[in-house]
Amino acid sequence: MKASAESILEVRDLVKHFPLTQGVVVKRQIGAIKAVDGVSFDLHRGETLGIVGESGCGKSTLAKLLMALERPTSGSVRVHGRDITSARGAELKRMRRNIQMVMQDPYTSLNPRMTVGDIVGEPFEIHSDVVPKGGRRRRVQELLEVVGLNPDHINRYPHQFSGGQRQRIGIARGLALQPEIIICDEPVSALDVSIQAQVMNLLERLQNEFDLAYIFIAHDLSVVRHISDRVAVMYLGKIVELGRDAEIYDSPTHPYTQALLSAVPVPDPEGRETRQRIILQGDPPSPANPPSGCHFRTRCWKAQDICAQQAPALEVRPGSGHPSACHFAEVRDVVNAQ
Amino acid sequence: MTEVLSEQMGSGSHSGALLEVDDLHVEFRTRAGVAKAVNGVTYSVDAGETLAVLGESGSGKSVTAQTIMGILDIPPGKVTGGEIRFRGVDLLKLPEDQRRRIRGEGISMVFQDALSSLNPVFPVGWQIAEMFRMHRGTSRADAKKKAVELMDRVRIPAAKERVNDFPHQFSGGMRQRIMIAMAIALDPEILIADEPTTALDVTVQAQIMGLLAELQRDSNMGLILITHDLGVVADVADKIAVMYGGRIVENAPVHELYKNPAHPYSKGLLESIPRVDHKGQELYAIKGLPPNLLEMPTGCAFHPRCPYRRDNCVTDVPPLYTISGTRGSACHYWREVIDEGER
Ligand SMILES: Nc1ncnc2c1ncn2[C@@H]1O[C@H](COP(=O)(O)OP(=O)(O)OP(=O)(O)O)[C@@H](O)[C@H]1O
Ligand SMILES: Nc1ncnc2c1ncn2[C@@H]1O[C@H](COP(=O)(O)OP(=O)(O)OP(=O)(O)O)[C@@H](O)[C@H]1O
Ligand code: SF4
Ligand code: SF4
Ligand SMILES: [Mg+2]
Ligand SMILES: [Mg+2]
Repeated sequence: MKASAESILEVRDLVKHFPLTQGVVVKRQIGAIKAVDGVSFDLHRGETLGIVGESGCGKSTLAKLLMALERPTSGSVRVHGRDITSARGAELKRMRRNIQMVMQDPYTSLNPRMTVGDIVGEPFEIHSDVVPKGGRRRRVQELLEVVGLNPDHINRYPHQFSGGQRQRIGIARGLALQPEIIICDEPVSALDVSIQAQVMNLLERLQNEFDLAYIFIAHDLSVVRHISDRVAVMYLGKIVELGRDAEIYDSPTHPYTQALLSAVPVPDPEGRETRQRIILQGDPPSPANPPSGCHFRTRCWKAQDICAQQAPALEVRPGSGHPSACHFAEVRDVVNAQ
Repeated sequence: MTEVLSEQMGSGSHSGALLEVDDLHVEFRTRAGVAKAVNGVTYSVDAGETLAVLGESGSGKSVTAQTIMGILDIPPGKVTGGEIRFRGVDLLKLPEDQRRRIRGEGISMVFQDALSSLNPVFPVGWQIAEMFRMHRGTSRADAKKKAVELMDRVRIPAAKERVNDFPHQFSGGMRQRIMIAMAIALDPEILIADEPTTALDVTVQAQIMGLLAELQRDSNMGLILITHDLGVVADVADKIAVMYGGRIVENAPVHELYKNPAHPYSKGLLESIPRVDHKGQELYAIKGLPPNLLEMPTGCAFHPRCPYRRDNCVTDVPPLYTISGTRGSACHYWREVIDEGER
C-alpha cells in the first residue's frame, strides 16, 4: 500500500431518499426509503476503502451516487475539489472518466451480443479523444493482456469465458480510460474461492501499477480486510464505524461491527466449541421507517433511553482512536475476528 | 419416519451408515455431448452426523443430492451406475411410490435456490401445511396448527399472525427459515441442505446455522451440508467430502483436513483463504480453470492445475487411496502432499 494523504474524493453529508408512492393513477408520496442517509468520508490517492454491511444498507446506492448514476437528495461528492453531483454535460462526462466501476455479476453485467473487443473498447467510443481510432484495437489488446487474458481472444463473446475471465473483462473495461478511482461493487462474490484469489491478486497488482484508489464493496469480511487500507461499516444508510483495517477488525467499538465480526465463521475448526459469538436477533428494520435515534437500537444489547432520543454522531470517542457512531462505544474483544 | 416405512426399509438390520452413496455415476446427455457430472461419488452420513460437501461450482454437488432425493431431471440426466443405500436398501431400485414416501419423511432437502422455490401465490402457512396433508392426510385445521408450530420452531416472530402472509412479505432470511420448516416438517432422518445460507448476510447466516445445529441436536438428524464456504464447514462439520470434476478427491474428519490436507486441490483451497497474517502479500491462487465436463482431462482431472503433477498423472486416473479408516485421497502423490506437514 502506498496511499498518500492527498484526498481525491470527498463525500459530505450524502443523502439519497427514494420516494415511496401509493396509488396507480394518481401517485401520492407516502414516505421515503432512506437508502443513503448522511454519509461522509474521504478517499486518498492509491488507497482502498472497504465498505461492508448487510444487504439493503445502501452500499450499491452509495456507489451509484459516487458515479453520478443517481442524483443525491442532498450532499456533495467532490472529485479533486469539484462537485460531481452538480456537474452537467461536458464537465460531467470529463469527471466520469476518472471514476469507473466493476460490477458484481460477471454473468449479466456484460452485453452478450458484443465481442470482448467491443466491450472493453466501448468507453473509447464515448470518450473519443482518449485514444485515436486507429490505435484502439491495439489499446484494447494491451488492456486484455494487463488483466491476464489472451489478446487474441478479442473477437470472442462473453459466453465463451468463465466467470473469473468475465470479471477480468469487466476490469479491463474499467481501466480503459485510465481512471484514478475504481468502484468495485462485490467484484468477487459470484466467483469460486480458487478464482476469487486470482481476481483479488489482479486488483492489487493493478493498484500498485497504476496508483489506483478503490472503493471495495463486499460482504465477505476477510476478503475486505485483505485488500483494504481503511474500512467503513454501514448500517441502514449510515456509516457507523470507520477506521484503518486493524482498528475495525481488532478493536471495533460499535456494537454492530462487533456483532458482524463475531458472526463471520472462522476457517479453522480448532477451538470452535468455545468460540464466543454474538447472534443478533431479528432482521434489519426497513429503511423506509428506521428507528428513531440510533438506527441500530432495535437489535442492540446495550441500548439505553438516550439511544432512542439522540442519533449518535460518527466521531472519535474516548478510549479509541477512530470514529464510531455509538453513545457507548468501547473496545470489546471480538474473539474470532478475522 | 412412519412404522410402515421402517418395516419396508428393514430398519436396524443393516450394518452400514444410515445413508451411503456408493460409486454413483450420473450423466447428462445434451446436444453438445455427454456431460459426466458425477463420476463415482462415494460418501456416507449417519444419524446425528454432519457431512460437509465442498467443491467448486459445477463439481456435481447438487446433482448428487438431487439423485439421492430422486428428483434428477431424467432426461437429460441418467444414473449410469452405483447405489444409494438408505438403511441398507438401494433407493435406486425402489419403485417411485416408495421413493415418494421416503422423500420428506426419510430424507428431505433445502434447495440451493430456496428464495425462489417458495410458491409466490400461496400463503407460506398453507405451503407448510400442505406437507402434512399430502403425506399424512392431516385435516385442514390440524395441518394449519402444525404449520404455526413449525414457524415458531424456526423462530418466525408472531407466527400465528403471519401464517397467512405470502412469501414476498418476508425477508430473505425468514423465507430461508420457512424453507427449513417445510424440510423438517415430517421429521426426516436425513436433511440435505444445499447452500442454505449462500444468499444471506453473515448475521442471518449465523442465525440459520445455529437453527440447523439445534434442530439436529433435538432430533438426531443426519445432515449433509453442501457449501463452498470454508468458514461454515470449519464451524459445523464432523467430516468433509471434497469434490472436483464429479468425484470425491478427498474425504476426512474436519480437524484432520484443515490441519493437514491430503489432496492438492483441498490444500490449494485452504491456502487461498485470505488470512490476516498474509495481508499485503499475494493470495495463493490455484492457477487455471475448472474442468469442462464435456472434455474431462485425461488421467487425474486436476492435472492441468496441479503443482504436484508428474507424468503418470496425465494418463492414470487416481483411485480414492485409503489413508486411514476415515480418510481417503484421490491423488497418486498424497503422501508427498500430506508430508509437507501440519499447517
Ligand atoms: N431505485 C430504487 N428505488 C427504490 N428503492 C431503492 C432503489 N434502489 C435501492 N433501493 C432501496 O434502497 C435500499 C438500499 O439498497 P442498496 O442496493 O443500496 O443496498 P446494498 O447495500 O447494495 O445491498 P446488497 O448487499 O443486497 O447489494 C434498499 O432498501 C433498496 O430496496
Ligand atoms: N438438468 C441439467 N442438464 C444438463 N446439465 C446439467 C443439469 N443439471 C446439472 N448439469 C450439469 O452438471 C454439472 C454439475 O452440476 P451441479 O449443479 O451438481 O454443480 P454444483 O457442484 O452443485 O455447483 P454449484 O456450486 O455451482 O451449485 C454442471 O456442469 C451442470 O452444468
Ligand atoms: S447508540 Fe445505543 S443503540 Fe446505538 S449502538 Fe450504541 S448503544 Fe447501541
Ligand atoms: S494425481 Fe497427480 S495431478 Fe492429480 S492431484 Fe495428485 S499429483 Fe496432482
Ligand atoms: Mg448492492
Ligand atoms: Mg449446486
